[in-house]
Amino acid sequence: MNASIDDKAANSPRDRGEQQRHREERGGTDALAYGGYNFAYLDEQTKRMIRRALLKAVAIPGYQVPFGGREMPMPYGWGTGGMQLTASILGADDVLKVIDQGADDTTNAVSIRTFFERVAGVETTTRTQAASVIQTRHRIPERALSPHQILVFQVPIPEPLRFIEPSEEETRVMHALEEYGVMHVKLYEDIARHGHIATTYAYPVKVDGRYVMDPSPIPKFDNPKLDMSEALMLFGAGREKRLYAIPPYTRVKSLDFEDHPFEIPTWDEPCALCGATDSYLDEVITDDRGGRMFVCSDTDYCQDRREEVA
Amino acid sequence: MYVAVKGGEQAIANAHRWMADRRRGDRDQDELKVDQVRDQLGLAVDRVMAEASLHDPQLAALALKQASGDLTEAVFLLRAYRTTLPRLADSVALRTADMRVERRISATFKDVPGGQVLGSTYDYTHRLLDFMLLADGETPAPEKADAVLEACPQILEALDAEGLIEQEIDDGAEPYDITRDPPDFPVDRATRLQMLARGDEGYLLALGYSTQRGYGRNHPFAGEIRQGAVEVEIEVEGFDGPLCIGEVVISECQMINQFGGSREKAPQFTRGYGLAFGRNERKTMAMALVDRALRAEELGEPVQGPAQQAEFVLAHADNVEASGFVSHLKLPHYVDFQSELELLRRLRREHAPGLAAEGEAPPPPGPGSDADSAAAGAQTPAPSDPQRSQESPA
Repeated sequence: MNASIDDKAANSPRDRGEQQRHREERGGTDALAYGGYNFAYLDEQTKRMIRRALLKAVAIPGYQVPFGGREMPMPYGWGTGGMQLTASILGADDVLKVIDQGADDTTNAVSIRTFFERVAGVETTTRTQAASVIQTRHRIPERALSPHQILVFQVPIPEPLRFIEPSEEETRVMHALEEYGVMHVKLYEDIARHGHIATTYAYPVKVDGRYVMDPSPIPKFDNPKLDMSEALMLFGAGREKRLYAIPPYTRVKSLDFEDHPFEIPTWDEPCALCGATDSYLDEVITDDRGGRMFVCSDTDYCQDRREEVA
Repeated sequence: MYVAVKGGEQAIANAHRWMADRRRGDRDQDELKVDQVRDQLGLAVDRVMAEASLHDPQLAALALKQASGDLTEAVFLLRAYRTTLPRLADSVALRTADMRVERRISATFKDVPGGQVLGSTYDYTHRLLDFMLLADGETPAPEKADAVLEACPQILEALDAEGLIEQEIDDGAEPYDITRDPPDFPVDRATRLQMLARGDEGYLLALGYSTQRGYGRNHPFAGEIRQGAVEVEIEVEGFDGPLCIGEVVISECQMINQFGGSREKAPQFTRGYGLAFGRNERKTMAMALVDRALRAEELGEPVQGPAQQAEFVLAHADNVEASGFVSHLKLPHYVDFQSELELLRRLRREHAPGLAAEGEAPPPPGPGSDADSAAAGAQTPAPSDPQRSQESPA
């Protein structure tokens, strides 16, 4: 990366304009269009603060660590937590992949990827295997991740107990005392009313036999991928200023009952594009007469399989 | 054939370009200058500065221009800029008693030392549209008197001398910094005030209003409202006293509220406090009401109204957070929606035969119905099957 990126002396907007002009004169790249900002946007102190919080999170799997979340130049709720984590762990030689709903080309994924291309100048990819850091919203890639990869989740509401107990003061105590009965009661009430556990995404898990954790709004289809994952998984909630982690090879169990074991949804048909029967499928409406088709939500997985066939 | 819905960098770029064009508007009109916004839409600028927690009228005006006048968007722009600024120094506490007062009123005393100073205000205007402004009429310059303003001591201090009002005592504790540290509920009053100071004006107004209508009533009097410039000072090593580095215009509101007291302690008036950058009188009044409401627990009052519930009030006051999270609903959610669809179809499949058999309520779910339904699911025709579309609309 260009060494001048580390030079954070310029502070006022006027200085920044000045600095930007200098860079442009030196033939700055697009990465320098945001002149005056540090590598990966956040200043080094902030990144260090976040990395410290991440270390704590890794040391206590599933525990929500408060961190001094910053405003990002994207709205809260649009992945600012994930972005701060990504910014803190990103190095110049990392290869970044960003997905939203499993796809690399959804608008917000495009926007976040472009942001890091600009402020960090890192290489980006859409190929799951080629990425060292993958930031995701609502999905875990279908292909198993490897030990050298880090998956960063964007988290809207980090507290799994929030919709049962709105007060943060209370839920903190509940976690401390491992008072998770209410969660099982909630799941039981689902069964009593619907005959099923009616939670289909953000399905609560217990991490390493201790903390109940919200895996972010991934479909419960993805929950088994959390268990004994070889890759480090980091979770960032920007608005709520909480982060947490699942270290590699950690036991992650989806909450259930003996007579109502956890199960994942299945589809009656394969992906209409690649024929996969083991992937999460999105339903796409093809006309206004009830026509629809099912295709892989993980676009890279789908692409890969189609190339293999071809 | 299915074509993947591509977000596309090009589409995003075009959308932004169109927005910029909209913002600029008809090219036959002169472009609005940032200086004009700063000087002629000053109250909007002040509100943006207050809610962004950054005192910079020029940049706040730029944000307003860039946001086409969308206040919340402008607040967000300025806030995102603010967060990148380094901390060079902490100011010492502002001495609002020494304010160069331009407006200062009290609703609790007819006359006060320094007098009632009306300053500039829309109060008492008749809210009639001034069509002269439409016709580009000239605004006459104000007349200026030479009289020097008398000293304006803070009115609540007069009550303090008699012990009629609770004292605010600086305990010297290092204040929590809400922009650097995550919220840790319950929070102390200094932290609360920081959160309220950047809180959305409309939100605080509604909550303050609710206390007046009985949801956590606290019997307020506007003890003093003042506006004007105060000096900002910092401590510098090697200098004895603090050094003034400039002035900021602020608004301050001190509410006097009904008594606290106990068997051990004589009854006293209590206080609610509001402070904001710029001329933000409505905001500071609302803030003072809410501050007082949030002291319910501390003062031994029952917590009944929404405005008295600290976690509720404070966690939702920030409009940058709120607008972000509300607007994120625009982002794709089709993965989660697909999960819900799958479940709902399954539930309806199980529901339908029951309806046919009994004519009303669904059968109670039996044990192991989860596994049963998975098996049933496998036999059910695919959603694309025409047979299914006949049976699904129940």
